[in-house]
Amino acid sequence: MRKFEHKDLLGMEQLSVEDIELILDTAESLKEISTRDIKKVPTLRGKSVINFFYEPSTRTRTSFEMAAKRLSADTVSLSASGSSMVKGETLVDTARNLQAMNPDLIVLRHSSSGAPHLLARELKAGIINAGDGINEHPTQALLDLYTIREKKGKIKGLKVAIIGDISHSRVARSNIIGLTRMGAEVTVSGPPTMIPVDIETLGVRVVHDPVEAVKKKDVIMLLRMQLERQSKALFPGLREYASFFGLSMDVMKGAKDDVIVMHPGPMNRGVEITSEVADGPYSVILDQVTNGVAVRMAILYLLIGGSKE
Amino acid sequence: MITWIKNGELVDPVKGAVEKVDLIIEKGRVAKILPHEAFNDKGVRINVIYASNKLIVPGLVDMHVHLREPGHEYKETIETGGKAAVAGGFTALACMPNTMPPNDCRSVTDFILEQARRARLARVYPIAAITMAQKGETLAEFGDLRLAGAVAVSDDGFPVVNSEVMRRALEYARFYGLTVISHSEDLNLSGAGVMHEGAVSTRIGLPGIPAASEEVTVYREISLARLTGCPVHIAHVSTAGSVELIRRAKEQGLPVTAETAPHYFSLDHNAVIGYDTRAKVNPPLRTLEDVQEIKKGLAEGVIDVIATDHAPHSPLEKDLEFDKAAFGMIGLETALPLTLKLVRDGVLGLAEAIRKLSYNAAFILGVPGGRLVEGDRADLALIDPEYEYVLREEDILSKSKNSPFIGKTLKGRNELTMVGGRIVWRRDA
Repeated sequence: MRKFEHKDLLGMEQLSVEDIELILDTAESLKEISTRDIKKVPTLRGKSVINFFYEPSTRTRTSFEMAAKRLSADTVSLSASGSSMVKGETLVDTARNLQAMNPDLIVLRHSSSGAPHLLARELKAGIINAGDGINEHPTQALLDLYTIREKKGKIKGLKVAIIGDISHSRVARSNIIGLTRMGAEVTVSGPPTMIPVDIETLGVRVVHDPVEAVKKKDVIMLLRMQLERQSKALFPGLREYASFFGLSMDVMKGAKDDVIVMHPGPMNRGVEITSEVADGPYSVILDQVTNGVAVRMAILYLLIGGSKE
Repeated sequence: MITWIKNGELVDPVKGAVEKVDLIIEKGRVAKILPHEAFNDKGVRINVIYASNKLIVPGLVDMHVHLREPGHEYKETIETGGKAAVAGGFTALACMPNTMPPNDCRSVTDFILEQARRARLARVYPIAAITMAQKGETLAEFGDLRLAGAVAVSDDGFPVVNSEVMRRALEYARFYGLTVISHSEDLNLSGAGVMHEGAVSTRIGLPGIPAASEEVTVYREISLARLTGCPVHIAHVSTAGSVELIRRAKEQGLPVTAETAPHYFSLDHNAVIGYDTRAKVNPPLRTLEDVQEIKKGLAEGVIDVIATDHAPHSPLEKDLEFDKAAFGMIGLETALPLTLKLVRDGVLGLAEAIRKLSYNAAFILGVPGGRLVEGDRADLALIDPEYEYVLREEDILSKSKNSPFIGKTLKGRNELTMVGGRIVWRRDA
């Protein structure tokens, strides 16, 4: 039996190829539960999971909540605005208080890179990184890998283009690590102001022109223009971005015939993606969301399911 | 009472020599320097300090510390910072003005000096603010500050953005004999950055501060030194590009001096991995290539001074998310062993290393100290250069413990510190 030897899931950085395969295989076996009439199994009965979302989120938060509930874990949801953090309590103090209630897992979404790493050092409970600043969003990358494997039957050897603000995207960073580790070839694309320095050291190619970047690709992954994270100097405006970097059917022409188009959501329709592409035959955007629940169920199960020792 | 420091080796940073001599200290000064076995005590009462296998060095002079008083006494006080200093071998400190209130007027300078007198540890030389409230707009009253005892002015912590203000500061400060110390940083380029912009920041997803943020401002200061003919001192040089700019300025004979801090030649940006806020400093830890160029700059004399930028912070500022944590690390108790490593690694000769930790800083500040010849004030330290130890948090005397060197093995330690002939610190046997 393969084992998942981690207390926390902080990033793709920590996962081996075997870990990733184990998560994807487990997700595959759990996916069916969500299609049942009674969508619940007793696997995590008596376990408690705190969803601590310091930043707004609909998709990820709902997905984690669904995943935990389908496995019968008790869940509590906290947001920064509803917590004592608005009263000035530090993250570490808030977390220590949560720890005192003895949860099994804390799912943390936070605007600071490394925040889950800080908690993982301090707390006994396992920590799942549900997105930290511009660092990582490992469960998104895992559900993306799952979706790619589901659609393409493999990951190794595939050619993937990631287009958008690579600098400020934790989705991009986690996917770059995950995809390259699984043997895919990754090209990143976007305006020069949105490509971080020395990105090549992560094993990717940089092609600024999106038309060039998508040529002969199996997968096109788009990133959301994150208006809340970008300084004004990065690009002149959405209009210019849309006309040069937005993914339209026209831009996609050079990609493989069976290319799939992915987006982590929430989409800015008409900016990074046209509606025609988002709702078109290549789009697997909603499959990503469906798979997200299964992948998160797998992670919860692998981290706290079964008895320790 | 006469003190006889016996059988030690004196490091003379001015002559560049290391000599086996005894020191006779009388009335707070170095009365005599003479070869081993040459002194005859003639039966008078005498205090003997045995210094076999120890180096006698001029008391170290740190031209860049944050003592946090007034205003942030929970991080450090002039007394606790003074204790850390004398334990680390320093006998004189120049403290930066970014206190609360900032040192932009005589009353704050007076207060700092009064607290230093009460502490009776290291000598303290206040550095005043360049502008009122460190806002970068109106020049502070340099004349009054000089009379009160300030020796330099600096924008450390709050860089002067306006180049015209900096120009006038250089011109005005020279008239009063105040050294101008520039914290060279372009705040717009630094933006929300929290570490060096490079492969590591890209990998661990932290916003970066490019090397250019420092370099464009170093160039501005050099340019202003050329325009005005006035001297400028560049604080905490951290990049290869800055070293190159300063090298060229010196070759052209411009009145530019520079310092770096031990962490810029001891650590690189990899120290941040794991989001260790103790390694969060400004300017940030740079690349290995930068570290090598800093060492080269030290060896070639491009960088004149090693100063600690001792920046105490409590867990309130450090036990946080990386981007929310304060910049800075303490340095008074680790500067000496980290610098001695440069000597062991062949980067600097021993006398040259000590000179960068003492005489050069005193010279740039225009204060006495940093040398030991007959007649000088007896400010000195006795060092055991071979002592190896693991730095433990509980051994740190500074009120704050924010050092990434905790748990690391260091070699070389101060054993005894004397200020004006008085022993202000001695390691328990």
